[in-house]
Amino acid sequence: MPVDCAFQTTIERISILDEHGVYDEQLGEGLIPDSDVVALYRHMTMCRHFDEIAFKLQRSGRMGTYPQNKGQEAASLGAAYALEDKDWLVTCYRENAGLFWRGVDPEKILLHWMGDERGNHIPVRATPLAIPIGTQMLHATGLAWASKYRGDGGIGCTFFGDGATSEGDFHEAMNFAANLDLPVVFVCQNNSWAISVPTRIQCSAPTIAQRGLAYGMHSVQVDGNDIFAMVKVVREAAERARCDNRPTFIEAVTYRLGDHTTADDASRYRDPEELKLWEARDPMIRLRNWLEQRDLWDENQEQAQRIENEAIVSGIVKRAEEIEPPTTNDIFNWMYAETPKVLETQRKTMRTSSLGQGFDGV
Amino acid sequence: MANLTLVQAINLALTQEMEKDDRVLLLGEDIGANGGVFRVTEGLHDRFGGDRVVDTPLAESGIIGTSIGLAMGGLRPVPEIQFEGFLGPAYDQLCTHAGRMRSRTRGGLTVPMTVRVPVGGGIHAPELHSDSPEAIYSHNPGIKVVMPASPYDAKGLLISAIRDPDPVIFFEPKRIYRAFREEVPEEEYTIPIGKARVAREGTEMTMVSWGASVVQCMNAIEESGRDIELVDLRTINPLDMDTVATSVRKTGRAIIVHEAPSNCGVGAELSARIMEQCFLHLEAPVQRVTGFDTLMPYYKLELEYLPNAERIGKAIVETAAY
Repeated sequence: MPVDCAFQTTIERISILDEHGVYDEQLGEGLIPDSDVVALYRHMTMCRHFDEIAFKLQRSGRMGTYPQNKGQEAASLGAAYALEDKDWLVTCYRENAGLFWRGVDPEKILLHWMGDERGNHIPVRATPLAIPIGTQMLHATGLAWASKYRGDGGIGCTFFGDGATSEGDFHEAMNFAANLDLPVVFVCQNNSWAISVPTRIQCSAPTIAQRGLAYGMHSVQVDGNDIFAMVKVVREAAERARCDNRPTFIEAVTYRLGDHTTADDASRYRDPEELKLWEARDPMIRLRNWLEQRDLWDENQEQAQRIENEAIVSGIVKRAEEIEPPTTNDIFNWMYAETPKVLETQRKTMRTSSLGQGFDGV
Repeated sequence: MANLTLVQAINLALTQEMEKDDRVLLLGEDIGANGGVFRVTEGLHDRFGGDRVVDTPLAESGIIGTSIGLAMGGLRPVPEIQFEGFLGPAYDQLCTHAGRMRSRTRGGLTVPMTVRVPVGGGIHAPELHSDSPEAIYSHNPGIKVVMPASPYDAKGLLISAIRDPDPVIFFEPKRIYRAFREEVPEEEYTIPIGKARVAREGTEMTMVSWGASVVQCMNAIEESGRDIELVDLRTINPLDMDTVATSVRKTGRAIIVHEAPSNCGVGAELSARIMEQCFLHLEAPVQRVTGFDTLMPYYKLELEYLPNAERIGKAIVETAAY
């Protein structure tokens, strides 16, 4: 009985603009018009400034816990750029850049972290931030399924971290999408850390990307700090989903330059040398250098952009902070389409003790 | 009008809602060609095709999680979980997402989904095929919980559940899936969610129950020869306390019967609310006849565990004598 090869494949790693500024002209050919690259860079700088201000809002007591997005802007932004408005963007909480590009009001994200549910009311095809890890991929799969069923041409694109690939729902979502032929793009932002736990504890295989292979879907690794590469792989994945109803798994290798959240202190568990290494791979610096080399950007524009970002973000903060306060009615009013009597009574009296609610037992 | 079992009544409700509304689709394990392990979806795969009656991978969280996405995407999914003992893996999706979505998005996204789950004991089934977890899901805000006790109610309640704009867990008491038949109208009708029914009028005491236990209660009442009012809750969340309290104020005595364990069961909530709302009318302490606070035993002992006419009868005598 000979030993045959039952299956063999390779995982491609896609990089177009690498950390040293080397640009692959062939892969990058016609990928993004120059004017759009400028717009993407400007957006990235706004998101970075937003992130810094959000951090300061928490530190100064004006906002609750906040997870910094710093260093991961290219991954979700590249995806959002490659998607269409009819596609669902189903994220966790380190995808501000993509959500804002999609049209989510940035003040909504601040409101969310300011403890206000109104931050989750999003009028575009994006779901609110997902706090439990790894559960949202199933929603993306269901939303993509609904689009396929209705024939509206939309697909689902979902984001999650390397830690989430340990969760059961991640595997169930991949399995459903692959076996039921659903148009989903799974994007794992492998940022090396799930709070304090390194990727090696989540996955001991050489790549996370190969997890997708086990489900029979096209799987690829990409430099997640390279917006060109992100646009390319997500665009191809979106086409595969839209035309063939086949899902794709993308491992976007990036790095969390900040702490997990403002409640975390990464210096307790992370080697400062590692941080330094990744600071040099910052997606924003890389993109700026690329633009400057092509005379598409200069220091004057950078200065002007900085001033514009400050105005934009202070407007965002102002709108978030000046929203009228929620009322106690809001605790009750949204639980069901029609509020049951027991909730009506609790809402009206703000009591649960029966005498306080007017029941005297008679 | 046809004489139908509860299984047939559910099948009829599904058929009619699928005919009427193409947003309705079914998904679950073995529901397609096999028609479900209890044959509830028999014939539907042939009739509506594989796009609307979908055999999924074997993963309960996946079934409910994708149903949430389908519902947010504008459809009316009716997922089936094969047995209540396997609803646990979907607990997270139900309680962390389905029940929270409307409120946390302030109405931006909603989950109109009906989760069908066979429930309860009494059919000599293997381990984890006989439990009654209705209290667990009633405790979680945002999810409606329904359990019919007859074929007629099953059809009307299921149609209401499918049309409901919020997530509903529709527990189907498997002990009465085929235990008896009832006249079920062919034409569509709905039974409102959140409204109990007085299954039998009486003046001496009130008995409150739901699901398969309603049959045990009826037997016990008939054997007792007493004039007892029987309230079938139909919906467990939200509770119809108006019907329960009106009855208890009339009779002054109450017995609650359910299969699930007593501790933190729905009976505890009912008992507290009866005490709060009927305090001056009570002539006896509210009694609970329930499953024991143990595991549901394997089937050799299951009839010792489940409330039966004999145990209920003792409670009737004691409550009347108090």
